[in-house]
Amino acid sequence: MDLYEYQAKDLFAAHGVPVLPGRTVDTAAEAERAAEEIGGSVVVKAQVKTGGRGKAGGVKLAQSPAEAKEKAEAILGLDIKGHIVHRVLVTAASDIAEEYYFSFLLDRSNRNFLAMCSAEGGMEIEELAVERPEALARVPIDPIAGVDRAKADEIVKQGKLPAEVADEAAQVIVKLWDTFVGEDATLVEVNPLVRDPESRIVALDGKVTIDENAEFRHEAHAQLVDEKSQNPLEAKAKESNLNYVKLEGGQVGIIGNGAGLVMSTLDVVAYAGEQHGGMKPANFLDIGGGASAEVMAAGLDVILGDDDVRSVFVNVFGGITACDAVANGIVEALKILGDNATKPLVVRLDGNNVDEGRRILAEANHPLVTVVDTMDDAAAKAAELAAKAGA
Amino acid sequence: MSIFLNENSKVIVQGLTGSEGMKHGRKMLAAGTQLVGGVNARKAGTSVEIDGTNVPVFGGVEEAMKETGADVSVLFVPPKFAKDAAIEAIDAGIGLTVVITEGIPVHDSAWFWAHATANGNRTRIIGPNCPGIISPGKSLAGIIPANISGPGKMGLVSKSGTLTYQMMYELRDIGFSTGIGIGGDPIIGTTHIDALAAFEADPETEAIVMIGEIGGDAEERAADYIKANVTKPVVGYVAGFTAPEGKTMGHAGAIVSGSAGTAQAKKEALEAAGVKVGKTPTETADLARSLVS
Repeated sequence: MDLYEYQAKDLFAAHGVPVLPGRTVDTAAEAERAAEEIGGSVVVKAQVKTGGRGKAGGVKLAQSPAEAKEKAEAILGLDIKGHIVHRVLVTAASDIAEEYYFSFLLDRSNRNFLAMCSAEGGMEIEELAVERPEALARVPIDPIAGVDRAKADEIVKQGKLPAEVADEAAQVIVKLWDTFVGEDATLVEVNPLVRDPESRIVALDGKVTIDENAEFRHEAHAQLVDEKSQNPLEAKAKESNLNYVKLEGGQVGIIGNGAGLVMSTLDVVAYAGEQHGGMKPANFLDIGGGASAEVMAAGLDVILGDDDVRSVFVNVFGGITACDAVANGIVEALKILGDNATKPLVVRLDGNNVDEGRRILAEANHPLVTVVDTMDDAAAKAAELAAKAGA
Repeated sequence: MSIFLNENSKVIVQGLTGSEGMKHGRKMLAAGTQLVGGVNARKAGTSVEIDGTNVPVFGGVEEAMKETGADVSVLFVPPKFAKDAAIEAIDAGIGLTVVITEGIPVHDSAWFWAHATANGNRTRIIGPNCPGIISPGKSLAGIIPANISGPGKMGLVSKSGTLTYQMMYELRDIGFSTGIGIGGDPIIGTTHIDALAAFEADPETEAIVMIGEIGGDAEERAADYIKANVTKPVVGYVAGFTAPEGKTMGHAGAIVSGSAGTAQAKKEALEAAGVKVGKTPTETADLARSLVS
């Protein structure tokens, strides 16, 4: 789960990483009050989970509380790369002497962690990485050894941070490692990490991604979930423990078992849709290996509640749970849903006991259900039905 | 022949006495696996009966290996305990550990991988979050449905579980030397490249199907490996062309991998290495079939 800047900074502060005082608010009036409390000039920063906020006009300096209100008004409601700003962080403005870049992250290729550090921080770090890779130090971190003071000194040296701040930067890096490990993060990025005129090191921004698999040892992480900006269908799916992602601009609802097969189903539907008025998948929904009647009903309920959906493609491979059980699940699910089931369903079953599964569906002879034998043909049928329903 | 697992493999299950362990222990036995024991510290000295076979339960992996000659362990323990269970298997020096468990924190996987490396990689790790490995007609270590395909001359390596099943089922007319689901987690033990190298060296395998999906750069690296080292024909499939752009905020991930991790980038890398890439699983199966018949 990606965190907002203010959430990342709260975690930083809890682990002793220096951050500037700030307050997170939802309205311009609150921004004015926050600026009053903080005193002096402040920065009003859009809280969205994407980069490039500065360029998009989402970060503004304000010299007075009145100006903070004005800037907050301009920023709230902005659309930054598809993310609407609902919240701003009002934080003390900092005098910046120098900007550095720092991150800890997972290195999938080498199956360990990596520290990246550069004396040239700021906005264009991606370009720096490509154009002058020597200016961005990459230091592998052994997950067991971790980052102690000696390792932090090495990172600072390789990142070519100035000698005057080396000591304090290394201290901050050890604390950022504490954050990375202590919070089960897969990314901790500070850009910029700044040196102020008194040569103090401060994390001026923060991007943190935490590992949801580690929830069992972080009760507090549940509070970081932003329910307000969650898609209502996604929230409903989550209540039923379904792995659902809404896709904008789609018309064909998708249910399948196993993440890989569902992803593949989205692709196959999109290809088929090219022949049927540009129909596209409307969601990702993985009901897992089990595919019981209850789970199938809960999944169909979520998808049928999506007004964008015109047809549904149920694509199940019967492995551990054989096709006859899946077919019974679909029939039961349609009974549970009753009149709430209103859109055509294309079902493709394959795998163990496929003949019995298809027989069960044929016998049930539900008016909304079409059974198609192959995945490619079923995708085409679902796209065709969606196109027809929209015509 | 087959890779990593054969009819002589002696398999123990860590977490055999739990519901998943028992359910799949039964299926492994039915698939022909030599299931020689289970591990559960609290039930050491007892045994479980599975369809008429008495399977002893040991207090630890080391003891189970000593008593039974086991050389493969399959992990069905919950995420909370998976790291310790994997470390136990690594410390015992077992040859292969298949980590089925889904939902292990990535810091834990990184830790036990580092531990395995520090121990000289005596233990091959498959997974975590994977369906395991099957050499049809010989042995199954994991949860792959054994009856969807039989023995034959294809080798299969896949990140995804259900796509493994789908592909094995589509190619059941040809059959498989070995099928491996390596898992889709950010940190996994055995990689596409490890499996490709083993299939290349396996005389029974004539052609290889490789299935990838969005994220990371494992497929791009595999493509480089194929170009330099694999002489057998390889067919590929990549899932996730229409998956929404990742929600990752930082730029750090892309900087490290040097690739966007998109399905398109992976497809292009594989095709540049001479791998035929199917548009759908069925088309991929057809491509594979055309290579061996």
